[in-house]
Amino acid sequence: MAAETAFVERVAASGRRGGVIGDVVFRSLTFLFALLVLLILGGVIVALIEGALPAFRTFGLSFIATEVWNPVTEKFGALAPIYGTLVTSAIAMLVGIPVAFGVALFITEICPLWLKRPLATMIELLAAIPSIIYGIWGLFVFAPFVQEYIEPAIINTFGQIPGIGALFAGPPLGIGILTAGFILAIMVLPFISSIMRDVFETVPPMLKESAYGLGATRTEVVLRVVLPFTRIGVIGGIMLGLGRALGETMAVTFVIGNAHSISASILQPGTTISASLANEFTEAFSDLYRSSLIALGLILFVITFIVLAIAKLLLLRLQKQAGT
Amino acid sequence: MNAFRIALFGMAAATAIGLAAQAAEISGAGATFPYPIYAKWAEAYSAKTGLKMNYQSIGSGGGIAQINARTVDFGASDMPLKPEELEKNGLTQFPPVIGGEVLVVNLPGVQPGQMTLDGPTIANIYLGKITKWSDPAIGKLNPGMKLPDTAIAVVHRSDGSGTTFIFTNYLSKVSPEWKDKVSEGTSVQWPVGLGGKGNEGVAALTSRTAGAIGYVEYAYALQNKMIHTKLVNHDGASLEPGIKVFQAAATNANWKSAPGFYLILTDQPGKETWPITGATFILMHKKQEHPGRAKEVLAFFDWAYKNGAQMAESLDYVPMPQSAVAIFEDSWKQIVGPDGKPVWDGHSS
Repeated sequence: MAAETAFVERVAASGRRGGVIGDVVFRSLTFLFALLVLLILGGVIVALIEGALPAFRTFGLSFIATEVWNPVTEKFGALAPIYGTLVTSAIAMLVGIPVAFGVALFITEICPLWLKRPLATMIELLAAIPSIIYGIWGLFVFAPFVQEYIEPAIINTFGQIPGIGALFAGPPLGIGILTAGFILAIMVLPFISSIMRDVFETVPPMLKESAYGLGATRTEVVLRVVLPFTRIGVIGGIMLGLGRALGETMAVTFVIGNAHSISASILQPGTTISASLANEFTEAFSDLYRSSLIALGLILFVITFIVLAIAKLLLLRLQKQAGT
Repeated sequence: MNAFRIALFGMAAATAIGLAAQAAEISGAGATFPYPIYAKWAEAYSAKTGLKMNYQSIGSGGGIAQINARTVDFGASDMPLKPEELEKNGLTQFPPVIGGEVLVVNLPGVQPGQMTLDGPTIANIYLGKITKWSDPAIGKLNPGMKLPDTAIAVVHRSDGSGTTFIFTNYLSKVSPEWKDKVSEGTSVQWPVGLGGKGNEGVAALTSRTAGAIGYVEYAYALQNKMIHTKLVNHDGASLEPGIKVFQAAATNANWKSAPGFYLILTDQPGKETWPITGATFILMHKKQEHPGRAKEVLAFFDWAYKNGAQMAESLDYVPMPQSAVAIFEDSWKQIVGPDGKPVWDGHSS
């Protein structure tokens, strides 16, 4: 107690030395920094819109709906990259969410204590791997593996089903939308699973213990208690993972095949918005070409902005819930 | 105290002047393909004259933008500018080195130089009309060779590149359908295939994908021990790639009658001429505000033309034949200072 009083007095004394001016300077300085962030964000948006204007003026809103991407004739449309971005992210979510869910559940509910820490750290280490490493690994190790084992199996099973067979048709190339989706799934896994783990741990033990006390099985506890309690947090985590998947550049560029076309089969090459930007910006001679690329960037900005805004909203609601 | 300060100031000033004298430097930016040879020349030239050359390999498109903005002394592009574009921007261009491109394949059991391809067949493969290696069109060019029934995985550049320009220019010359549907450019709308970023991306995709075919710089294929094919040239001869056949394309080329040296060396006549050959270009302003700097740039390339051939060959680039060099250096007369006098007088100061 005495030590605390001494500390408070010391702080107060130093405050007196600095005086009111110091306080004002400090306050305006921090305010300035906060303002700077807003200014930069605003500047980026303005620059993107300004850069994208020529493309939208030339092609109109049909820019978003056409598949052509022909630098020779200067006809550009964003549909193929938008399609690739959404489909790779969807595959990543389809594969990533169940695995992340399983990992998070295992760590919080089932895992023996001695394994908990190492396992959680390993999963988080996945997030620390730079994306270019995923790209190189994807191209040199994963893609040949997919070409040799996974894709022939898919073609021979799903590819034979009438109707949806077209989704899995074509020669096995190992490079394409599906491989990009798989790589993205591995990349978003740690993000989603660590958030899921965090929210699973917010479930009051009393609730779970009561359920067990009433004779509920582990599955029932997870499905009836843990999940309903953390629903919003789980969705928020998924959204954050989705935001990352949408914007990922290098790893995707390596394995997607960078083809500006939409094919029915997910085994065929495609492209994403960020991959197109990374590939083509340096050599985009003409103004219209460059403007079309910037317009792609603007579209990606809008898509990720929407996704992240939803995620933030959901997380905010979760915090409110936890507070009451 | 004052005296000490003055002495200190004097020392600082002397150092600054010394640095300024030493930092004679010319700057250029552009194409990535000739970067290794420009860097090698610059190093040797700097050791001899003390003049530093700072070259940023940011890509041909960037090089053209930079020279138009006058932020560099020279720009570099793998795609020559058309005479009217040169005129519009007050530029002139000349080619320092030549490079050849080869087709590389990934088929089990096929050795470098074992397979032969010709222009129309390559065009049909890249158009997506030939989809299997067992196609009769390939079989006809390779009698006696056992061709597997695997699908062809077409590989091309995903980034804009002079390499792509030369390749698509060749295909446009040998295939009317290609010219009609795709045409030529540093990036085009590819009908089929996988895109790899840079020569290294194409090389990686080709060597990792069974049944793949791709196009890369010859130097790149050589250094990475890739499996190149023979090509049938304009005169119908099947050739192995190499410096001699690349140079033949430049020797036979008629530089004199090409305005602005706008000449693309693909599909040139001659028994010994490699079909997919291209020069890389240097861009300079015709009206120079700093004639001294422009002269340093020209002196550098003059030195490179005269002394750089061996260095170029050691990196698998093709030096310009001396007959062509005289024509290029003659064109330097167009580069003038503010007084209207040519900055280059035939020898470095």
